[in-house]
Amino acid sequence: MVGEILITAGVITLLYVVWQLWIGDVIYGAERNAAGNELSQSWAQEFTPETAPETTPSIAPDEPQTPVQVEPVIIAEPADAEQFGVMHIPRFGADYAFPIAGGVSRARTLDPIGIGHYPGTSMPGEVGNFALAAHRTTWGKPFNRIADLHIGDAIVVETQGGWYTYRFRTLEYVTPDEVEVLLPVPQAEGVPAGTKYITLTSCSPMFAMTERIIAYGVFESYTPRDAGPPAALSEEL
Amino acid sequence: MYAALWSVLPGPWWVRLLILLVLIAAVLYGLLFYVFPWISQFVNPQEVTVQ
Repeated sequence: MVGEILITAGVITLLYVVWQLWIGDVIYGAERNAAGNELSQSWAQEFTPETAPETTPSIAPDEPQTPVQVEPVIIAEPADAEQFGVMHIPRFGADYAFPIAGGVSRARTLDPIGIGHYPGTSMPGEVGNFALAAHRTTWGKPFNRIADLHIGDAIVVETQGGWYTYRFRTLEYVTPDEVEVLLPVPQAEGVPAGTKYITLTSCSPMFAMTERIIAYGVFESYTPRDAGPPAALSEEL
Repeated sequence: MYAALWSVLPGPWWVRLLILLVLIAAVLYGLLFYVFPWISQFVNPQEVTVQ
């Protein structure tokens, strides 16, 4: 009797380990991805050209299609746990779509939603540093493959209004107290912002909390919704 | 414990086996979707932010 109880407890403990390292991420990852895709699709369906804000291309329509630089729309900072964007990173998979919400608390944003926006940092397309955090292991592990990013990889943030394309530049490993990575110009205190950066923070090494891994990118372009998804989302890797 | 459970279940052996499989599935579902997520907030302090 006691033996059976102990064996059962052992099996459940092992099952927990399997869940924590594997099954749980499969479940959460699929849930978050589905939530992101759903959000993305609802924006696509809501969109009708009449209600779209007027965007004036800077070149005539009959000229060859050079990338049109549309001034990005800067949305207001979201409330805590308010979902305002969907992250697409083709390097992480063609269907990768994790929701982005305000705040970086684990209880309200990172665990239940996915990717969190550091309050007070810039918004997508805004001059300064658009800083995000997400889990690298467990809870669906949105940033699991952050160390696999190649230079020039597209990091695309979709919002209701359109797509903000950033290009990955470099990785950095820092201690957890190094908040300078969130500065308007990362790691450069007192320097006025002039460029649009994106900063992704996650844990390093995997399954540990002694360090943080930081991925930096720079802004490339804004694609309003009426122009359709940017080419960066479907380019060859 | 399991021997007692087996003798409590009604019907021929294959009905008991069927009931047992359903019970195991229910327990697994409860563990994976409710118990383990609840436990993980205590045993898995993964921090991903700089502060």
